[in-house]
Amino acid sequence: MKWWTARQRDADLRRELQSDLDLEEEEQCERGLSPADAHYAALRAFGNLTLIHEQTRAIWSFVWLESLARDLRYCLRALRQAPGFTAIAILLMALGIGANVALFAVIRSVLLNPLPYRDPGRLVALYSYIRENKHVHHFAPIDAGSFSAWKQGAGDAAEMALICPFQNYNVSAENGQLPEKVDAAMVSANFFSVLGVQPILGRTFVPSDDRREAQATAILSYSFWKRRYDGDPNVIGRTIRLDAQPYTIIGVMPASLIFLGPFSPGKIQLWTPVTHEAPAWLMSTLEDHEFVGVARLAPGVTLAQLLARLDPIQAHIKAEHPSAPVRDATSGRSLLNDAVQEYKTPLYVLFAATACVLLIACLNIASLLVARAAARQKEFAIRTALGGGRIRLLRERVLESLLLTASGGALGVGLAAAALRWLQHARPDLRRVDTVHLDWTIVAFAAGVIAAAALFSGLIAALSIDRTRILSALQESSRTQSGGRGRARLRRALLALEVCLTVVLLIGAGLLLKSYTRLRSTDLGIPTDNVLTLGISLPEARYKTAVQQVTFLEELIARVRALPGVASAGLVSRAPGQGWGGDRLTTVVEHPPMARGTGTDMLMRGADPDYFSAMHLPVLEGRTFDPDERLKNDHVAIISKEAAHVCFPGEDPLGKHLRFVTGGDAYKIIGVVSDTRYSISEPVLPMMYIPIYGNGYTNVTIVVHAAHDADAMALPVEKVIGRMDPDLPVAGVLTLQETITTSTLGSQFDSLVVLGFAIIALLLAAVGHYGVLAYLVTQRTGEIGIRIALGAQRRRVLRDVLVDGIRPALLGMVAGLALSALCVRLITSILYQTQPLDPYVFAAVPGLLLLAAIAACLAPALRAANLDPAGALRTE
Amino acid sequence: MTKQQQQQQRAGLLQGTLDMLILRTLLYGPAHGHQIGKHIQRTTNDFLQMQHGSLYPALHRLERRGWVTSKWEQAPDRNREFKYYRLTDKGRKQLAVEESQWKQMAEAVARVMWPVAEEN
Repeated sequence: MKWWTARQRDADLRRELQSDLDLEEEEQCERGLSPADAHYAALRAFGNLTLIHEQTRAIWSFVWLESLARDLRYCLRALRQAPGFTAIAILLMALGIGANVALFAVIRSVLLNPLPYRDPGRLVALYSYIRENKHVHHFAPIDAGSFSAWKQGAGDAAEMALICPFQNYNVSAENGQLPEKVDAAMVSANFFSVLGVQPILGRTFVPSDDRREAQATAILSYSFWKRRYDGDPNVIGRTIRLDAQPYTIIGVMPASLIFLGPFSPGKIQLWTPVTHEAPAWLMSTLEDHEFVGVARLAPGVTLAQLLARLDPIQAHIKAEHPSAPVRDATSGRSLLNDAVQEYKTPLYVLFAATACVLLIACLNIASLLVARAAARQKEFAIRTALGGGRIRLLRERVLESLLLTASGGALGVGLAAAALRWLQHARPDLRRVDTVHLDWTIVAFAAGVIAAAALFSGLIAALSIDRTRILSALQESSRTQSGGRGRARLRRALLALEVCLTVVLLIGAGLLLKSYTRLRSTDLGIPTDNVLTLGISLPEARYKTAVQQVTFLEELIARVRALPGVASAGLVSRAPGQGWGGDRLTTVVEHPPMARGTGTDMLMRGADPDYFSAMHLPVLEGRTFDPDERLKNDHVAIISKEAAHVCFPGEDPLGKHLRFVTGGDAYKIIGVVSDTRYSISEPVLPMMYIPIYGNGYTNVTIVVHAAHDADAMALPVEKVIGRMDPDLPVAGVLTLQETITTSTLGSQFDSLVVLGFAIIALLLAAVGHYGVLAYLVTQRTGEIGIRIALGAQRRRVLRDVLVDGIRPALLGMVAGLALSALCVRLITSILYQTQPLDPYVFAAVPGLLLLAAIAACLAPALRAANLDPAGALRTE
Repeated sequence: MTKQQQQQQRAGLLQGTLDMLILRTLLYGPAHGHQIGKHIQRTTNDFLQMQHGSLYPALHRLERRGWVTSKWEQAPDRNREFKYYRLTDKGRKQLAVEESQWKQMAEAVARVMWPVAEEN
């Protein structure tokens, strides 16, 4: 039955009934009745014509659609009559659904979507497991020596490839392009075939490229090829100069190849063969860990089985070479987990927060619908009495909430789209964030959420219409003093649930916020205002000797210092807060020898003599480097306070010597400076400074303390560098403030977003609370009026109403605190220097909530207390 | 059992047989709603009071199932058009099915109700 024939069928039916009725009338006439009597007799014989019409129409299936349309009209009219309620409800739903849809889109694209490689489920990343004192690293980089043993031992269980993601190159200026420093990776020849990625141009590495004596070759990433070569298809076979050496371009990778992982820089621009690039010793050592293994498991082999095969091999290596840096055990995880592991907890926490907000929004809407249902109680009662079906009433409730959630949801999907665009802008550090987009799956998810939310809030409201009570509503006289108590109980329960969820959100937000402020107030160890850093690395092909390198650096820093606006400047291998920057195991020469292969792990820094004063890094003991402590005379060291504390407890370190466990060079300690952090979110570690004018430093960071505006110094310093060597690219041009902002971006984002949701939740709870109590007071107007008329104290009325209103909040609060205590464990891993059961947060949140509850209850309570008894009794 | 449930059950019982009665009536030839109702009522000596509220829905239901077709036609004795229902081949088959079902049902009921009479 097509709906568009409905009208025609309707007319047809009307005509049929009329003609038969006329016939009946004629027959009655023929029996001798008068025309008027015949008319009524025919009608009597027929019965209720409209009902027959309706019942016959009901045979055709479009009827349910029609009645649905009618219900829809009723709902729309009802909603239009309460524009405030409608707007608030739609906005609530838009927020709740929008946030959920946006987060689902992010989680799907970032965490769940498979990696764009062939059969990605069988790809795993291989690491080593280390335990150093108290620190446990589950996924630490590996050494090439162990890896080749693993590869042999794995046999046909897995195809294994090696990648060193720590490489970078200076790309020389050519064809009018500026020089630049790019992130790169050195890989074994089988790396791309293990991933199952084909180049879009040229070829991948073959084993003959991956030899020391081979001709230098490089493969470009898609983005690098597009940007630097403008997508030129004839790029294959051309020469690119990396670190001033010629390389032949043999291939271009597809855009989908973005190798991720905690050690990957995120955007690898160039790929080179590892055996050709890395020094020979690095390819066989067991003590330098510069690599990550990638393996494709053979069908039927699990990661655990592979690791079970590799672990005895590693144990054997450790037994033969018991020195400390040699790893004890292997570890691994799926390549997908490897890429996104660190985002899992924050994203799932945010998702849980948005789900809470949606639930609260649903509860609020349910509560509002319950209140509306209560106001229309008489109407429902009459309709039920006249034979209106219960299903029909139920359908109307659900339809009403469906209307609200659907329009809210449509708005929410729009909000989600905007939020995602903002997210890509605000969190460029988020892995795979550029793949996030709205598609049909997301729309389907949104539709599902809308349906679930509508059903949830609609059913709660519908179930509040109790059939037995509905009829008693008609019997109740209008002077009912306790009417709606049961419904109020339902609303109180909803309120308690709302408060409970709000407490959980607020506590989560409080902890994250505390963690973030802790992080932001962490002292790097030096003043961070007006400090600019710029990184350069001198290609050894051009600066062949140590003298050439040092001369260039000394000349450079002298010129930078002479620039107007520069208060002071220095050179350091890695500025504070900008990362690990290398470490060495050391022992104290003057101390009794320690067990073979053990020592203190020191972060290593090269620094020029004036670095310490330029950075206002206080010298606590001794002195800094002398100008002549350079080149051959470079074996002197300045240690940090923490290093002095760890290596020389209760001793004077000055004049003592530190020896590298590997290499054996000894450095005389000439000074002690205060501590700096290598990362804002990591604890202070022992640090050792040695002269940067020597010790083979070619990767250096220029730190400039500007008199006023640090950013404004970037261009003059870059010009100085460009004048001295036009081929030398400058990288990492950042102020220290930017460094801190970048490394706290995740924490800031998580805490602010959760805080935003928590505030929304708090507002919702307060509004809901106000609504419930205002409703209760209205219901009890008559009762309160009588009590006041009989001489009840107004203070007492105020107290009674307040207590009555706050009780569900207290209940929800207790439940919420208990639930939070269980849930906070889940976010421990993303908290910085903050205990999950932080007493301040756990005390502040209930306090805040109580204040909000009192504020919400005060207005209705005051209204009750100030009731004019005469007026109240008259309004009945 | 509530009153409403009783009503529903009786309606269900009637509905099944009503379809059959209508189909059987149309076996004589096309007829309009009024004639069908009157015919059933008369044939059963007014035992079955025809409810128009059941008749028309039943006719439309039968039409929807394809057991009857309808057409506006001039009545032979009146100078007006009526909506005439006509049995289809499908309707004829359905009538046979319902008839045999009804027979089995009636026999089964009879065996239980009057067992002695059967043995004789």
